[in-house]
Amino acid sequence: MTLDARPAAPANLLIRGAYVLDPRAGIDAVLDVLVRGGEIAELGSDLTAPDDVEVVDGEGRHLFPGFVDPHVHLRTPGQEHKETLESGTRAAAAGGYVTVVAMPNTEPVVDSASVLLSLREQARREARVPVGFVAAVTRGLGGEALTEMAELRDAGALGFTDDGKPVHRAGILRKALQYQRLAGGVLCLHEEDPTLSGRGVMHEGAVSARLGLAGIPSVSESTLIARDAALAGYEDGRIHIQHLSARESVEAVAAAKARGVRITAEASPHHLTLTDQALLEQLDTRLKMNPPLRAEEDRDALVTGLREGTIDCIATDHAPHAREEKEVPFEEAPMGTTGLETAFAALYTELVLPGVLPLALVVDKLSAGATLLDLPVPAIERGRPADLCLVDLDAEWEAGEHGYESRADNCCFAGRTLRGRVVATVAAGAVAYRERVLA
Amino acid sequence: MRHLLSIEDLDRAAIEHILDRAKSFTEVSEREIKKVPALRGRRVLNLFYEASTRTRSSFELAAKALSADVVNFAAGGSAVEKGESLKDTVQTLSAYRPDLIVIRTPHVGAAHLVARWTDAGVVNAGDGKHEHPTQALLDVYALRDRIGSLDGASIWIVGDVLHSRVARSCIHAYLKMGARVTVCGPPTLIPRDMEALGCDVEYTLDRLHEADVVYALRMQNERMSDSFVPSLREYAARYQIDGSRLAPGQVLMHPGPVNRGVELAAEVIDSPQAIIGQQVAAGVVVRMAVLYELLAGRGAAQPAAPSIAAVPA
Repeated sequence: MTLDARPAAPANLLIRGAYVLDPRAGIDAVLDVLVRGGEIAELGSDLTAPDDVEVVDGEGRHLFPGFVDPHVHLRTPGQEHKETLESGTRAAAAGGYVTVVAMPNTEPVVDSASVLLSLREQARREARVPVGFVAAVTRGLGGEALTEMAELRDAGALGFTDDGKPVHRAGILRKALQYQRLAGGVLCLHEEDPTLSGRGVMHEGAVSARLGLAGIPSVSESTLIARDAALAGYEDGRIHIQHLSARESVEAVAAAKARGVRITAEASPHHLTLTDQALLEQLDTRLKMNPPLRAEEDRDALVTGLREGTIDCIATDHAPHAREEKEVPFEEAPMGTTGLETAFAALYTELVLPGVLPLALVVDKLSAGATLLDLPVPAIERGRPADLCLVDLDAEWEAGEHGYESRADNCCFAGRTLRGRVVATVAAGAVAYRERVLA
Repeated sequence: MRHLLSIEDLDRAAIEHILDRAKSFTEVSEREIKKVPALRGRRVLNLFYEASTRTRSSFELAAKALSADVVNFAAGGSAVEKGESLKDTVQTLSAYRPDLIVIRTPHVGAAHLVARWTDAGVVNAGDGKHEHPTQALLDVYALRDRIGSLDGASIWIVGDVLHSRVARSCIHAYLKMGARVTVCGPPTLIPRDMEALGCDVEYTLDRLHEADVVYALRMQNERMSDSFVPSLREYAARYQIDGSRLAPGQVLMHPGPVNRGVELAAEVIDSPQAIIGQQVAAGVVVRMAVLYELLAGRGAAQPAAPSIAAVPA
């Protein structure tokens, strides 16, 4: 098992009368779900609760397979002032996530088996939901020398990434793709040509022209995707494109898929719901992330790409930063927004409620990221471990300035009124989150 | 009006109101005793994170002409060098109870941030490559003095538009005053989608003769290092405003400091078509007007000035 969490008592629950929606299992009905010893024991109508089982009222609520995020930053080791394994996985549970996968751009970088193994041990003490780790492609994220990928895989690395940076040298990426035949594990790629993005801090376009901010052109992403898709095709390697942001990038991924390249892609809730216009309302450093919020035509292409399957899954790129790090002028602020606690609500509010995307599709894409890392996709089926999230779709709440389970509050949705609130999460058979309700 | 953060916040009436006020202050500069007591007892803090000669000194002269007390705070040699954040610096200085903070920083939006962190009024004296509103106001003032109304005038802004906060503020101000604006420069130095601001874009001076006003921007040496232009020589050959390119009757402007022989040839700088000196002179009276509008209405001592800009908290 390559996921780690602190031990927790297996749940015994009867979730009664919830609207159960599991697109992959083909379930779309009001049902009772019985969880015994952490496993889904029975699905049906009018189930009776055995003595040792707590009854949870699911009436008027929706029960989904728990979400899986293939792309989060838990900042541990080295930047625990931003986030810890404990706080980050608590945030995950509060957002309905039952598995999250942490990026290796920590201090030190997760580029050796010893760092990875100690991190996994820490996860077994702290993590509220199972957490997995991807390791660096290059030592110290330096872009020069490959990590010991085979040993890292043996130590539990789910895949490899230099996330935060591209693998800039084509020759190094090619060797990683060749070595993948030995080591296995997908290569997750942050696509950005630094000679094009330069000192850019936001999307290049009409808004950056107005604000006088250096722009990051869309082509800084799409040109590198095209290059890397060509390399993956040539080496028959498997790559996953992280945080797609631009229309041209969707086109590049679609073209590679059409050629038969083994390529998958993710998009984030913020890129699917926000644009650079938000920066005109307020030049808020919470809206600064890499890749940046782009134009409406880009957002629209991402939504279409998700609907049509060019984009395989939703990933938050949860990137916590301490308050003082973000309370600076925009150009000085670090890139990143938190996302775990608002992902579902943002997508539901901005895309499902207006009728842009069906609920089932969003629910599916919120856990589909498990596939690319060769993890089981949560399913509401008899005999499977209980990986569930119970959601109140009618609950309206304001994403706050503070008050998150995460240590950080740099959430790009802060101040927005959202619909849909996670009320309980069961991860790997144990209750990981329950909404605190004051009577 | 509580802050002056950008020209975008102002409408034409607000701009005209400030400029009319400035006009009324010209008489002060011509007196033997160049001082009126309008802002006596008010405290103005100049907080400059970037080098500045004329902007800072004209704010200082303007404040003193209105009898305000002025403290100049330069980032060099201060706690900023010890790593104090902008927020901490502003909150610390706010403890001195300034009525107004005039701030210049290399960062876009910094003046807006400062306005959120202090009770004082805030004037943006340049925030990165975003805006420099008092420069645009004094440019409109000097231009109105020369040509009267800007309505229908064709104004060409020539040079490094990409890195120019002056260009952005001037585009907004000239458009609001009824002029047509064309920006012209090498394609590497014109931001993508610049037309979204409402201006036209040209890459050559071929149609410069259509302009009523030519506003040349400063071409900085450091732009060579990033290959924005191959050489100053090539830049000057294509974009320098000289005696052969400046048509009779056109007004020439420049925000200073001028690179003689780069963006402007010596013969046009010294020609009567240039109003560069008038721009500098306008700096004091326009900044007096801005200080007056922001401060005279505050507190009980003076009648309230009409509000001319709402700034979100």
